[in-house]
Amino acid sequence: MGTTFFQRADYVAITPEVVLALFGLGILLIDFLIEEKRDKYLNAVTALIGLAMAFVQLLRFWRGTLLPMPYSGFGGTLVLDSFAIYFQSLIVVATAVVVLISAKYLEIEEAHFGEYYALLLFSAVGMMFMASGRDLIVLFIALELMALCEYVLTGFLRGDRRSNEAAMKFFLLGAFSSGLLLYGMSLLYGLSGSTNLAVIAERLADRPAGDPLSWMAMTTLLAGLFFKVAAVPFHQWTPDAYEGAPTSITAFISVAPKAASFAILLRILMAGLWPMREDWKLLTIGVAVATMTLGNLAAITQTNIKRFFGYSTISHVGYLLLGLIAAADGNPEGLTAIAIYLLVYTFMNLGAFAVIIMMRRQNLIGDEIDDLSGLMTRAPGLAILMLIFLLSLAGIPPTAGFIGKYFIFLSLIQTQHYVLAVVAVLYAVVALYYYFRIVVAMFMKNPLDSVPLATSTGLSVALGVTLTLTLVVGVYPQPFILFAREAVRPFFSF
Amino acid sequence: MVPVSHVLALSVILFGLGAAGFIVRRNIITIFMCIELMLNAVNLAFIAFSRYLGDPDGQIFVFFVIVVAAAEAAMGLAIIIAVQRNRQTLSIDDLDSMKL
Amino acid sequence: MTLLQIAFFFLSALALASAILVITRRNAVHSVIWLIVTLFSVGGIFLLLHAEFLFAVQVILYVGGIMVLFLFVVMLVNLDVAVKQAQFSRQWQLALATAIILMAELAYGIYRGHQGFTLAQTSAVPPTIGNTQAVALALYQDYMLPVEIASVLLLVAMVGAVVMAKRKLE
Repeated sequence: MGTTFFQRADYVAITPEVVLALFGLGILLIDFLIEEKRDKYLNAVTALIGLAMAFVQLLRFWRGTLLPMPYSGFGGTLVLDSFAIYFQSLIVVATAVVVLISAKYLEIEEAHFGEYYALLLFSAVGMMFMASGRDLIVLFIALELMALCEYVLTGFLRGDRRSNEAAMKFFLLGAFSSGLLLYGMSLLYGLSGSTNLAVIAERLADRPAGDPLSWMAMTTLLAGLFFKVAAVPFHQWTPDAYEGAPTSITAFISVAPKAASFAILLRILMAGLWPMREDWKLLTIGVAVATMTLGNLAAITQTNIKRFFGYSTISHVGYLLLGLIAAADGNPEGLTAIAIYLLVYTFMNLGAFAVIIMMRRQNLIGDEIDDLSGLMTRAPGLAILMLIFLLSLAGIPPTAGFIGKYFIFLSLIQTQHYVLAVVAVLYAVVALYYYFRIVVAMFMKNPLDSVPLATSTGLSVALGVTLTLTLVVGVYPQPFILFAREAVRPFFSF
Repeated sequence: MVPVSHVLALSVILFGLGAAGFIVRRNIITIFMCIELMLNAVNLAFIAFSRYLGDPDGQIFVFFVIVVAAAEAAMGLAIIIAVQRNRQTLSIDDLDSMKL
Repeated sequence: MTLLQIAFFFLSALALASAILVITRRNAVHSVIWLIVTLFSVGGIFLLLHAEFLFAVQVILYVGGIMVLFLFVVMLVNLDVAVKQAQFSRQWQLALATAIILMAELAYGIYRGHQGFTLAQTSAVPPTIGNTQAVALALYQDYMLPVEIASVLLLVAMVGAVVMAKRKLE
């Protein structure tokens, strides 16, 4: 640890986060000045400008023109490497898409307040530090920043009973999981005498195999982290939070915090607990199989579409964890698979939610699967779009979802986990079945109502962006694979 | 000097009591208090390690845990008020608008 | 047994007894009061472990801030109804068993492995600078970044509390 104060470069390294925090503050101030209800969209525009500026800055980092890469700043508590930049960019873009799909929905819910956008930006700040922190303290406080924003946003429809209830459950279980996570962190600190992941890895390597203390530290830490990524048996909050939250926030918490939680999980496991990889590999195998099983089987019987997507998310988390198993065997392709899977998952899921959110109309909640009935006769274009997103979620070529699953399977086969690969393929068939239930509703059933859908410019742009990425990654994945390979390089350079 | 294992034992028991209360109790406010118990157990462990390592980092961690606990308390209690306003009850059993 | 150890055992017993009362009392006000006792005794142990600064933070922030907030909310909500409702989960035996297993596992791990903290004991030497000074130096030199993130976190807590608890948003 250095004894000098910080250099200018340290602050350059956090400019994207600083920009987002300042724009968040700006929105809180601007919101006071907006008199007319219909001018509230200005908040969304401000948020988008902030996100765009942060993204441009991230691109400059990636090209390495601003700082030498990888840059380690703030006395080693922060590291800006290609891994951090990859995940930060993903988070920024996902947040921007969520802002696009929010405005119209919030107007209908009569909850169009500036605080919503400010909290989205603050939560993005937390998530970005989760991707770049290399110290347990930074990672913990960034995680809490993200989580607190999520709780408020989940309960943002204050008059709505389901929204309150979801916020309450999410909050209690989230706080409990933070307790577990902290206990693991305290043991890790006791073992290594440091909160820095690099030092922790060094000290853990010196410990004898089968050491009960390090094993305990690892399990409690992982229990806390598995809560955040919604892996079985710590998934219970997911369906409730997804169902109760405002739909735009369901879309948000199903992608951006998922990416950030995986970033922190990978960072801690690959950089900090790497010497214990055999231990956490075993644990992850069990959790991954349980997660895929529960997510896929429970999704079959759901009738509420947001709940359905809750279980669908859990099953995707199961696939993502499989990549971690391959990575534990020293195969970089496992991590590449996770990075690329998260990228495609973010866009296909946001696309599907952009369609679902249009079902929420004046006096019509529209969150049952039946509400999508007859979409083909009402809005053929939308039905086709939804079909593409669902095919992608199920992993059918030539959509992006196939690329994600393909790389997961490939990494498993390369590391000789044939049984796991077969299980994963079998569950992909189950997934095909339940995603098809929605397709059947859209194409075969008759519409339940004739109220026009709630469209807006923001939603059209969001659909355009997500559709383009879902198709481009599926048809021409090469550049994205290169990005993902570059992103995970920091973990395999030693 | 108190051996480090004594402090850790106390911290484990406090943590366990907090976790037990979290699972057993039905009143939201009490459940929330159990979380505070767990956080205190963690703080105790951090301070014990910090003392025996002669390293202030553990105390810094406790400082941030307390900051987060304060933020969580403000937020959690606000959520509790919102729930209470909507349904006049604070029992976890009544939070059942959504099937499990 | 030295005075220090006697003080430690006294405070631990107090902390544990009041913690048990926190999770068993029917009335939430009683639970809050007992939690305050737990926090004070844990704070006392902080003092024994030469964490004077955090003792002050514990008393001022935790007891003086957070717990008073708890009391406010307990008073705000309708207690008469709450006391009459079921206080314990129906599957409490199962829950208790889970918690005990968790505790036993952790205790066993620490018992088996506490020799593992070899780096410990060595530095029983009293620190050369005061505790508050050491904490401040570490906080503003090595851990400047978390301080900055914490500022955003506290802002979020403030905005969030207003959003959730205010009667009518404009």
